[in-house]
Amino acid sequence: MDAIFLQVLNGLDKGGAYALIALGLTLVFGTLGVVNFAHGALFMLGAFCAVALERMLSVSYERINPDKQDFLGNPLKEQISYLVDWLGADTAAFLQDYSVPLSILFAAIFMAIVGIVMERGLIKHFYKRPHADQILVTFGLAIVVQELVRHYFGANPIPQAAPDIVSGAANVGAWVGLGDNVIYPWWRLVYFLFSAAIIFGVFAFLQFTTFGMVVRAGMQDRETVGLLGINIEQKFTVVFGLAAVVAGVAGAMYTPVLPPDYHMGMDFLVLSFVVVVVGGMGSLGGAVLAGFLLGILQSFASMQAVQELIPGISQIIIYLVAVIVLLTLPRGLMGRKGVMED
Amino acid sequence: MEKNTALKDTILFVGFAAVVLCLPIILEPIGANYPDLLQKIAIFGIFAIGFNILFGLTGYLSFGHAAFIGVGSYMTLWSFKLLTMNVVPAIIFSVMLAGVFAYLIGYVSLRRSGIYFSILTLAFAQMCYSLAYSVLTPITNGETGLQTRAIRTNPETSLLDADLRVIDQAFGVQEVGVPTTNFFGMAMSGYTGFYFCAVLLIICFFIAQRLTRSNFGMMLKAIKSNQNRLNYTGIHTRPYLIAAFVISGMYAGLAGSLMAATDPIAGAERMQWTASGEVVLMTILGGVGTLVGPVLGAGLIKYAEQKVSSWNEGILENFFSFLPETLQHLMTNIGSLFVGEGWHTTLGLMFMIIVIFLPGGIMEGIQRIANIFKRKSGDNSKGASAPQPAE
Repeated sequence: MDAIFLQVLNGLDKGGAYALIALGLTLVFGTLGVVNFAHGALFMLGAFCAVALERMLSVSYERINPDKQDFLGNPLKEQISYLVDWLGADTAAFLQDYSVPLSILFAAIFMAIVGIVMERGLIKHFYKRPHADQILVTFGLAIVVQELVRHYFGANPIPQAAPDIVSGAANVGAWVGLGDNVIYPWWRLVYFLFSAAIIFGVFAFLQFTTFGMVVRAGMQDRETVGLLGINIEQKFTVVFGLAAVVAGVAGAMYTPVLPPDYHMGMDFLVLSFVVVVVGGMGSLGGAVLAGFLLGILQSFASMQAVQELIPGISQIIIYLVAVIVLLTLPRGLMGRKGVMED
Repeated sequence: MEKNTALKDTILFVGFAAVVLCLPIILEPIGANYPDLLQKIAIFGIFAIGFNILFGLTGYLSFGHAAFIGVGSYMTLWSFKLLTMNVVPAIIFSVMLAGVFAYLIGYVSLRRSGIYFSILTLAFAQMCYSLAYSVLTPITNGETGLQTRAIRTNPETSLLDADLRVIDQAFGVQEVGVPTTNFFGMAMSGYTGFYFCAVLLIICFFIAQRLTRSNFGMMLKAIKSNQNRLNYTGIHTRPYLIAAFVISGMYAGLAGSLMAATDPIAGAERMQWTASGEVVLMTILGGVGTLVGPVLGAGLIKYAEQKVSSWNEGILENFFSFLPETLQHLMTNIGSLFVGEGWHTTLGLMFMIIVIFLPGGIMEGIQRIANIFKRKSGDNSKGASAPQPAE
């Protein structure tokens, strides 16, 4: 029982990441009708926003401190970060400690700009082109983004630390009365709550605002919405920006769980596409459901007992599920009729 | 009309064969006349021709063809290790196994079309890739890659570190160290290797040409232009699609096998999605649905890869030396993004530019230029009234 509960928990944070990426993919696909292979790259860019912010916060200069000496007897050279000079040591330490949560803000702004530029500059011209062209051009873009990141940040993963206050592990078992065996890292719990909050935010935005209503209408019938005199192009830009922001903040917050490297985007993209297909193309609820479901399934498949039974299952479980779902339910778990049927 | 097409085809085939066989001479002036590159061009040409049979004729965009490359490579290596260093059995087994894999993957993936199909094939390729790295290490030797070794002397040694080569042993072939791959005694390196690949490329081209002109090819093109209408007329399209998928998978298996035959090592990185992406790019760069285009694309990309990734900042500085110093520095910095290690950036950019501006690839570009000249030479009425049929 403990083990099962722990695996469910383990799946939640990964599932959260899948769900957030798949949500953006579905949103873009449902409204704009564009298959975005660069969406994983946006997730990766978000993660590197966190890295960039951490580096910016610790930009420092060298100062010779005449009072102290190093082990050779020369005056000690100290690295002083500009932040300490400007804001004092305490505030600087606080900001550096919270660089990952702070990077949400940075990532949101940066990704909104990236998303809007991308939509206006490139995606806009591909609304009327066949899906194959859309896949190809965004695939090329993904390679370019990924290689640029590699050029500036190197090929190695860059670990990011969660704030001290949530760096330990939570005794989740004690909360639900399962004993002390179920211990779970705080940050993953935070990530799950964060992804749940974002998902609720996006759904509330779509459900309760006029803008969201137009977007939902657009997902049902793009042409008619345009005929009703609504500037659908402008809405498209905002939707694409929103999807980019969701992917970006999902990436930024995921950095303490998985040190970001330049190809994490593609790794997640392939899985997220599978998630979207399993959930049902064009169904937002399906994407979220399938994201968490596959995350949890994957963590169950990596259990010791299961591994001994069927070796290697954790690597391929998601693809296997996708194959089975597509063969039995061609529209996915919650797919709507008429989406991508041709 | 019929006769005309047949004649044109013969001319095209003979021309193609002549160009391929003369490649070392043709590529001499641009400094590309070394066997390694020539072999690669021929091998990727085969891969691209095969990919084009699926994508060009039926319009089904597969993102998982690298899996068959991997299957072919591993099978070839195992044939070298267990049977003989002769490439012929290796190639036959690889192509057959790739065909079996293609049938299995195609049987499932072809139940869906459009983007679903792309994602399914991508998922299968990624699945093969992660399996090769994890569970299948006893067969694939994981990250180290599978290699040919010396004959096993101690029966305790794992087959990954020692070979059997039953057939070679039965014929009493004396081995000193690790032997080279051969084609009935001719070592598969240098120009011999290239000409072996080149002959296969020409055979593959011929098969592809015959396929395109056959009834089967017509059916595939019909699937591309309107599958629904075919279904309504009572034609069951899936067997045709599966056949096309298997053929194109076998081409990829052959390419993978040749890669392993010219350089006997097989690693899982050949199965990564980037490899699948590369062949897509070759095909669209040359011209989707044309016969010569994919080979042209493969040659161009392999040549560019070799050139661009060998450039470094020193060469760039020389290149921009006519500029003022600050500007030279800036240009060198920008340029270094795209050369050497940054070759993939260039590849991605090329990808985007081709898809945006020239979806028909180089062949369409040539056609357009030819049309301009036709119009200039006074053939106005024909140019205006007979627009090119849309793909």
